[in-house]
Order: sequence, then C-alpha cells, then structure tokens
Amino acid sequence: MGAVSGMADDGRAELGTASSGAEAKDGGFDAALGAAWLTAAADAVAREAERLSMLDAAIGDGDHGTNLKRGFAAVAAKLAEGVPATPGAVLVLTGRQLISTVGGASGPLYGSLLRATGKALGETESADVAALAAAFTAGVEAVAKLGGASVGDKTMIDALSPAVEALRAAAEDGVPTAQALDLAARAAEEGAQETVPLRARKGRASYLGERSEGHEDPGAASTALLLRVLADAAA
Amino acid sequence: MKLVGVVLVSHSEQLAEGLAELVRELGGDQVPVIAAGGMDDGSLGTSYGRIEQAVRQADRGAGVLLLGDLGSALLTVKTLLDEGVEGPDLPKAVLADAPFVEGAVAAVVTASAGGDLEAVRAAAEEARLFRKL
Repeated sequence: MGAVSGMADDGRAELGTASSGAEAKDGGFDAALGAAWLTAAADAVAREAERLSMLDAAIGDGDHGTNLKRGFAAVAAKLAEGVPATPGAVLVLTGRQLISTVGGASGPLYGSLLRATGKALGETESADVAALAAAFTAGVEAVAKLGGASVGDKTMIDALSPAVEALRAAAEDGVPTAQALDLAARAAEEGAQETVPLRARKGRASYLGERSEGHEDPGAASTALLLRVLADAAA
Repeated sequence: MKLVGVVLVSHSEQLAEGLAELVRELGGDQVPVIAAGGMDDGSLGTSYGRIEQAVRQADRGAGVLLLGDLGSALLTVKTLLDEGVEGPDLPKAVLADAPFVEGAVAAVVTASAGGDLEAVRAAAEEARLFRKL
C-alpha cells in the first residue's frame, strides 16, 4: 500500500473541480486514487468478510464475504502488477477481475458496476465530481439492468442509488471531491440501514418472503463499505 | 447438418454434470451438451471462465443455448453475453428463461431434430408451461 499512496501524491497535481478555493489539492478522481481505493478495499473486505457473510447467512447463502474477499484479493494482486493510466481503465480492469473471480452474484453485479462506470469515464485522466457522478450513474444503471432491481427491493441498489444522488447534488453545489465522496458514502450507509425492515424482492433472499425482514441486505452493506473506503482514500 | 449446442450452467459441478448425462441420452450423442458447473476448484459457485470455455466447446457453427439454475448463474451468463468483446469471437449464444431440467430436455430434443437456435430457445422456454401432474 505504501507504493500506491506514494503514487497518489504524484498523480494528483491539477485542479479538477471548479469551486475549490479551500481545496487547493483537489485532483479529482484519477488513476492513483482509483488504485488506492481498490487496494484498500481488498483489506477492508478481508477485514469485514465475516460480518458480510453473517448478514448473507441470515437471508441468503452465506458466501458474500468470502466471495468478495476472493475477488478483491485478485483485484489488488492485478493492480500490484501495474496501474493503468486512466481511472476509467482502472475500474474496467477491476470489473473484469471481479466478474471472473468472485463466483457469486456479487461478481457480475459489482463487475458490471465498475466496468460500466469505467467505460463512462472514457479517456479522462482525472474526473471531477460532476464527471464522476455521471459515470457512476451509468454504472448503477448497468447494475439495475443486469439484476432487474429497483430501489426498495432490498439489494445493493438501495445503497447505490442514494449515493449517486448525493454525488450529483454535491456536483451541483460545487463540493470538492473528498467531501463529495464522504457525502456519497454517508448516503450509502443510510441506504443500507434502511434495507433492514424491507422485504426482499430480488435474489436468493426473495425466496424467504417476510422472513427476510429485519435483516440488513448484505449487498447494500458491502456497497456502503466500499464507498466508505473510497471516501477515506480521497480524504 | 450443424446442430445447436447446449451449455448447462449450475452452481454445482455435479448438478450440471448429472443433467448433462441425463440429456445427452436424448440427443443421441449428436447434440453437443457441455456442463459448466461450480467454480474452478470444484466448489459451489459460477465460473465465468468455465462458462466461456463451455460455450466455445459446445458450438458447432449453429450457435449455443445456455440454461442456468439460479440467480448468479444467470447473472454470470448475462455478463458474458453482454460483454461480447471480452473473449474475441464468442460464438453466437443465447440464454433461455427456462426451468433447468425440463428446459434442457426440451432444448436437446429440439436441437437433435435439427432445430435452429431460435427454435431450440423457444422449446426450452415453452417447457415452463409443462404440467407435471
């Protein structure tokens, strides 16, 4: 991780957002931040794997933590070999790794999220909050299309959707990157908590009907975790 | 005549292999039926790599119909088919919205009779309507 944070300092030279009086070092979302985020995510997911699997065991098949841990370990190993030049390429690479290594539904879902977000970022070297919000919107749309879930179905969409909204609002308000990502993480955390009383309408948990109520959705929980790690990496 | 191939995607290697064994009988060994079950280490889960390889193996030039057992098997197949560009020249392949066992039986019977990919898919999907009793 030392090497990655070292790169982050080199990579974030120029200003990404418009309204950055106080935040002179706001370099936006660049390849170094992306790599720092996803490498730290591997540690965070490994640390939280048991909690995520316990949430999944309550309403699913109990492998969410182990699956994500395997996937993000593969991502971190890939990024350790070399970080692509653009943040979009970092996300596309990560998405592909997750799709081919996770083995559960979260592989295609997170894989599609990151791949679609990465593709939407295009060739930009550093995305400001507005560009990131737009790309992230495309990513969340890809997840919704693949899984067929909407807000309120007790899935990762319940954390992703408010996070995207928060990011869009932050872009309109001219909030700098680090603060915008913190707002997005908070929105995801609240969204994940709000899945507790819901009845699952998608995925394995939907077979449980009303017995799925009273449990936090594991996919929403891991989404909140990953966005918190991103906010921390940008802080 | 080139026959449509069938790929059976399951979380369980044994479930996919067992179903393949069952339906190969019906295809008279002419229809390529490939099982893509479990993870690369044989544990429960779905492997993108195994599915991709199975699609290539099952194709004889007439395309491939995929059937899956549960949620993430279907999501993994959809991700593979959506990608398109990921594996160079992935054979023409479609995913059926069909029950795993009955759909596989209907698909293989139709494929063995020389049905094209659309006919094989339709047969698998119609299997949803079969009553057992």
